[in-house]
Amino acid sequence: MHEMEITSHILKDVLKIAKEHQACKVTEITLALGPFSGFVPECIQMYMDVIAQDTIAKNVKIQIREIPLKVHCNQCHKESLIDRTHIECPYCHSIDLKRLSGKECLIESIKVETNGNQSISSDHGLE
Amino acid sequence: MEIKVYHQIMDWNEDVSSQVRQTLKEHQTLLVNIMGSPGTGKTSLLKALIHSLKDQYSIGIIEGDITTAIDARAMAALDIPSVELNTDGACHIEAMSIQKILTDFDLDSLDILFVENIGNLVCPAEFDIGESLRITILSVPEGDDKVVKYPLMFTDTDCLVVNKIDVLPYFDFDIDRIKKDYQGVNPKAPMFSVSAKTNEGIDSLVAHLKEKFETLLHDPS
Repeated sequence: MHEMEITSHILKDVLKIAKEHQACKVTEITLALGPFSGFVPECIQMYMDVIAQDTIAKNVKIQIREIPLKVHCNQCHKESLIDRTHIECPYCHSIDLKRLSGKECLIESIKVETNGNQSISSDHGLE
Repeated sequence: MEIKVYHQIMDWNEDVSSQVRQTLKEHQTLLVNIMGSPGTGKTSLLKALIHSLKDQYSIGIIEGDITTAIDARAMAALDIPSVELNTDGACHIEAMSIQKILTDFDLDSLDILFVENIGNLVCPAEFDIGESLRITILSVPEGDDKVVKYPLMFTDTDCLVVNKIDVLPYFDFDIDRIKKDYQGVNPKAPMFSVSAKTNEGIDSLVAHLKEKFETLLHDPS
C-alpha cells in the first residue's frame, strides 16, 4: 500500500546515482528485500512504470533478490535460516529468537547505459 | 554497465526517527505509538487510558487521520493538548511528520505523547516514528487469525491489546489461539484482554503501562 512513497524514494536515489555516472538510461534496478520488508515487488514495478515515465529510467525493470530470514536462538545460541510462516528454532524448537535479517529493503545495484561508452568502470564501492 | 549501490531505502525514515527519539529524550517525553485496524477501538482505548493515567502523567496526543479531524475533536473533549495529523491519503505515519508536529507541543511539560496511528494493520508497523513503546490493538470482531495473517504488526510491538472482549459471546473468536500465535511470534511482549466500553481489563493494562513508563522515563536507553 505504501509502495508509491518507497518507489519515489528509489527513483530519486537511482536518478542521482545515474547522474553521477553520466548515464543516459537506467535499464534495471535490483532491490534486496527481506520477507518482513513489507513491500510488494509488483507494486513497486507498477508505480515505477508511472512515475519514471518522463525520466531516463523510463521502462526500467525492477529485479528482486530475496534476503532470507535469519535468526539467532536465545536458548541454544545457534543461528539458522527459517521460514516466516514457521517461526521457531529448527534445532531446539524454542520461539525465543532474535531476528538477524529479514526486514531489509535496499537498492543493491542498477544497470545503466552511458552515451556510447560502455566501458566506464563500476568500481564505485559502497555508499 | 552495472553499478553496485547497497543503499538502504528506509534510511531517510530511520535517520529522522533517531532525531525524533533524541529530541524526546532531551525533553524526557515518551512517544507511544498506538496501531491497529480501522474500528479496532484505538480512540476509545486511548480515552480510557488517558482517563486512568492523566492524574499521574501530563499527556498529549497526535491524532493521525487520513483526512478528517473526527478523532482530534473527540480528544479535545478530554482537555489535553491534541494535534491532528492528516496524512492526505497516506496509509501510515512517518518520522518526518512526527518531527514537524513536535514543535506544536510544549514538550517540557509533557511526560507521554500518544500517537494514534492511521487505522491499518499493515503499513504503520513498517515505520519507526521515534516511539519508545508500541501498542498494537486487535478487536474481537476482526477475527482470531490476524496474528498469522499480519505478522509484522504483532512481532514488532511491545504490547498487544485484545479489545471488545465484551462481545466475545457473539463471535467465533478463540482468544487462546491469538495468545498462542502471538507468543509464538513475540514471546516477550505481554497481551491484555480488555473492553474499552465496559472498562474490563483496563486496570491491568494501565498498571503494566505505568510500570513501563517509569522504567523508560528513568532509564530511556
